[in-house]
Amino acid sequence: MLRIENLTAEIDGKEILKGITLEVPDGEVHAIMGPNGAGKSTLSYALAGREGYEITGGSVTLNGQDLLEMEPEERAAAGLFLAFQYPVELPGVGNANFLRTALNAIRRTRGDAELDAMQFLKVARARMKELSMPEDMLKRGVNVGFSGGEKKRNEVLQMALLQPKVAIMDETDSGLDIDALRIVADGVNALRGPGFSALVITHYQRLLNHIVPDRVHVLADGRIVTSGGPELAHRLEAEGYAGVLDEAA
Amino acid sequence: MNIDPSQGNAAAFLHRYDGLAERLPGATIPAVRALRDAAAGTLRAGGLPSRRVEAWRYTDLAPMLRAEFREALTAVDGAVAMPVPRADRRAVFVDGRFRADLSSLDGLVAASLAEVIETVAGRLNTVASASQPMVTLNTLLFEDGLVLEVPEGVDAGRLELLSVASGETASTVHPRHLVRLGRGARLVLLETALSTAGARHLHNPVFEIEVAPEAKLTHVRVQRESASAYHLAHLGVRVEEGGTYDGFVLNAGGRISRSETHLALLGPRAAAHLNGAQLVAEGQLADMTTALDHAAPNCASRQTVKTVLAGRSRGVFQGKILVRREAQKTDGYQMNQALLLSEEAEIDSKPQLEIYADDVKCSHGATAGALDADSLFYLRARGIPADTARSMLVRAFLQEAVEVVEDEPARDALEEAVSAWWDQHGGVA
Amino acid sequence: MPAVEETLDTVRDATQGAYKWGFETDIEMEFAPKGLNEGIVRFISAKKGEPEWLLDWRLRAFEAWKGMEEPRWPSVTYPPIDYQDAFYYAAPKEKVGPKSLDEVDPELLKTYAKLGIPLREQAILAGVEGAGDVPAEGGRMPVAVDAVFDSVSVATTYRARLEKDGIIFCPISEAVHKYPELVRKYLGSVVPHTDNFFAALNSAVFTDGSFVYIPKGVRCPMELSTYFRINAKSTGQFERTLIIADEGSTVSYLEGCTAPQRDENQLHAAVVELVAMDDASIKYSTVQNWYPGDENGVGGIYNFVTKRAACRGKRSKVSWTQVETGSAITWKYPSCILQGDESVGEFYSVAITNNHQQADTGTKMIHLGKGTRSTIVSKGISAGKGQNTYRGLVRISPKATGARNFTQCDSLLIGDLCGAHTVPYIENRCMSAKTEHEATTSRIAEDQLFYCRQRGLSQEDAVGLIVNGFCREVLKELPMEFAVEAQKLLQISLEGSVG
Repeated sequence: MLRIENLTAEIDGKEILKGITLEVPDGEVHAIMGPNGAGKSTLSYALAGREGYEITGGSVTLNGQDLLEMEPEERAAAGLFLAFQYPVELPGVGNANFLRTALNAIRRTRGDAELDAMQFLKVARARMKELSMPEDMLKRGVNVGFSGGEKKRNEVLQMALLQPKVAIMDETDSGLDIDALRIVADGVNALRGPGFSALVITHYQRLLNHIVPDRVHVLADGRIVTSGGPELAHRLEAEGYAGVLDEAA
Repeated sequence: MNIDPSQGNAAAFLHRYDGLAERLPGATIPAVRALRDAAAGTLRAGGLPSRRVEAWRYTDLAPMLRAEFREALTAVDGAVAMPVPRADRRAVFVDGRFRADLSSLDGLVAASLAEVIETVAGRLNTVASASQPMVTLNTLLFEDGLVLEVPEGVDAGRLELLSVASGETASTVHPRHLVRLGRGARLVLLETALSTAGARHLHNPVFEIEVAPEAKLTHVRVQRESASAYHLAHLGVRVEEGGTYDGFVLNAGGRISRSETHLALLGPRAAAHLNGAQLVAEGQLADMTTALDHAAPNCASRQTVKTVLAGRSRGVFQGKILVRREAQKTDGYQMNQALLLSEEAEIDSKPQLEIYADDVKCSHGATAGALDADSLFYLRARGIPADTARSMLVRAFLQEAVEVVEDEPARDALEEAVSAWWDQHGGVA
Repeated sequence: MPAVEETLDTVRDATQGAYKWGFETDIEMEFAPKGLNEGIVRFISAKKGEPEWLLDWRLRAFEAWKGMEEPRWPSVTYPPIDYQDAFYYAAPKEKVGPKSLDEVDPELLKTYAKLGIPLREQAILAGVEGAGDVPAEGGRMPVAVDAVFDSVSVATTYRARLEKDGIIFCPISEAVHKYPELVRKYLGSVVPHTDNFFAALNSAVFTDGSFVYIPKGVRCPMELSTYFRINAKSTGQFERTLIIADEGSTVSYLEGCTAPQRDENQLHAAVVELVAMDDASIKYSTVQNWYPGDENGVGGIYNFVTKRAACRGKRSKVSWTQVETGSAITWKYPSCILQGDESVGEFYSVAITNNHQQADTGTKMIHLGKGTRSTIVSKGISAGKGQNTYRGLVRISPKATGARNFTQCDSLLIGDLCGAHTVPYIENRCMSAKTEHEATTSRIAEDQLFYCRQRGLSQEDAVGLIVNGFCREVLKELPMEFAVEAQKLLQISLEGSVG
């Protein structure tokens, strides 16, 4: 269970999150929708612990553990995964080396045995096949020269390998064509189950046709202004944010 | 010592020459004597360069000029710790002198310069220019070197060239290496310079390298001398039509280390790779200076140089690409990047293009900065601890430079040097 | 025949001497005796009725200059200059304060007409009182002009309007008398009188130039501009410009220059000093169109100029934009000293060398304050036998944490007898700072030319189009009317050499 209580955060002294309260119970997928500038990306970075995103109040716990006290890598080890809106390119860092280092770091903290190169390759190849990723992506630098769709698939591959307890998908649908969107959605849906929950952050409804959320929250001006079932997403698509926001206000 | 200060900042070297002139190789050969005397004249008149000399504005030789060096003319006998071999054949120089007992040159046309100086006297200073200060200094005092010839059409495989400074004494050695590849010949020359920790010697090697048409020389230099040594290398290279000089320089040791390459592409389709990496830690200065002369059409040059700086250290990159009027269709690319790991590090870079032909494609880039915060965060968000993440990024940065080296043993030697350096300095950076 | 060669042939055949500003105004002048000595320095100072401190300052500069050497490091070559073989003071004989168009020397009027300055501006330029406050034709924003003719300012317009906002815009010789404290405080504070050979020479013998002061919080309501004209023979022009933008003020300043076509080389050694206080912003644009010499390299101006800005205040900003099409030789590095935290320096440059022109130009960005940022965009175009060098320094001091620099240097070569050179110096002593430098060299591709011509453009128009595209990033920084002017100039500069 991811529990966010009255979270406030600022960037360069400017308050962006103005008190967010949200619970994502185990096994559920929640969507956060909202207009540009609502604070969607700030929320995902604040949860993952990015430098420069200063938490000024509130609390965030994952299964009772205080996330805000942790370093970014400790949050990852605790089971939090952020699928980046703009995955970073790491020239010179081989994708395979990166994935194995990350996986083993997390396995170590969980008390699992580390995977050697052969074991890792076996696991990685199997997952890549599911995501229709060409095998040479393992040999290339992390995200270097990847198309937008390949980068997003690489994010989903990492998620599949690291098996987080809660995944935050930060506008994962941006820049994806319909086939890639389906592959990404399938990747998320494959993980759905009692031990996995997700927070899907998106501007548009279309991703939610493929990853059907249990709950939908609307974020505007740093606050959750309204929440509802999947039908809320359809209303937003039909009526736009303005109408829904007016009603909530 | 009787050093006459009126002889300028090179007085100590000139004094040494006065004492050694009769004993240096070639002392009885008038052509060699003339070269040495001319070098003495040049040094007496102008001395070694100060920072007022444009090409030396970032590298101050003052600490080296103040240091005292012991004569190292007498070859050292006895055992010397040798690194693991990376090739079947090796040419070993200990304190600047060729050691036949430690070397194996089977099947190669190779010899010690001191032994064959009579036959090669006419080649001295024909590729490396006597007007270059480090060539001048070497001309004054060279005591030995490797003379290597790969005949036409022969693939000579791989040869290790090892230069070892023994003991902690402050010796000065000035080897002169002459390397010539005949038409279509091939060679991988893997050079390693080592010294015991704490050694304060001066190593001033000069290479004169000729690559004939369609020949290819892969020349990888791994300089891992002590952090209190002085390494001042000069490489003169001429590449003819269709030939390739594929060079890589790693500067990891030395209080002051400078590797200066002057390369001319003299025939169509000739190619040059002047890649390198510099690993600079507390109290060190590393300088990579290159001058690439495109003198013929349809030639290509590639250069990627990476510098990592830890502690209070300085890195220098100076890279000039000259494209002459006749060098149409030149394809020149140069990139130098520096990673600052410390608040007290400094990087000075001066990439330079001088272009007189219009149908060319030339570019250069230079960046300097700290580790990228976004990359660090991305790795940590995937669960990788901060230290590991830093290490991965630094190694990845260097890997990009090293991975262009195609010869596997050479690349292994470089990767090992990078690892050793990071193990020693990564934690304190 | 490949397109490029064909163009080069067109070029060789084309008529030369496209310089359209090369006429000479026949007007009665007053000269100081030829040559340079202490007496001349005193003469100039006396002519301007200067206070003692300024004469002293000039004399100290002159003393320093005598002990200095001409810089030899630029990539330019020229025969030795005989500093004794020139006039250091030349001014039109004064008819004090013309009151109407009729009283202005008709030759001066004609000059401004020929230089293409619109009639209304022309009336104002020549110093007609009362014309200043009339909105300009066609609803355009008026531009206030200071016209410097050889050694003196002959007119400054819109002064009354500017004074309403407390803005001072006047010849520097006048500011010395009217605002001695300001001048004394800032003159030489950015470019000291001993800074370099040409700056010292200028400090000793400068004759006029513009002085601008923008008070706190004032946004200058119009563009200010100075128009420099060298007219007299064997004369050097040594103007001095000083602009001070006080806290929170904003000003955009333009500079233009032309000279007659002569077979002698004339020296122009100006000094420009800019000072920006907290939150102040100065935009300084130059279209340099001094006579470049003929197709054989005979004649032309030696343009040896020192321009520097001190971004003293927090969040201050100085932006240099230059379009350098003229002069036989250009030696010029408009620079920024970024002292104030989060101050910003910019340098946008287009330099064209054609025929035998030589340019060695660039900038220095000295980062001292925290979070300082600089951007350098340089576009060099070499044609004919021209030599074009970008030379720049980016220095980040250890205290400039978080500083950023981005540099882009592109060179375009037209023909194979010219040269394009890039000499950047990048010195970073601050870990958290980031510097990025990129440089490229290329030529106009035949397929680009062919594409344009297939669509009906003439060879010259196609080249003009492509060159303008190449320079777009810089030209868009210019105030609009200047940009149009600059585009035309680019084309004219390449006339008779395009390929």
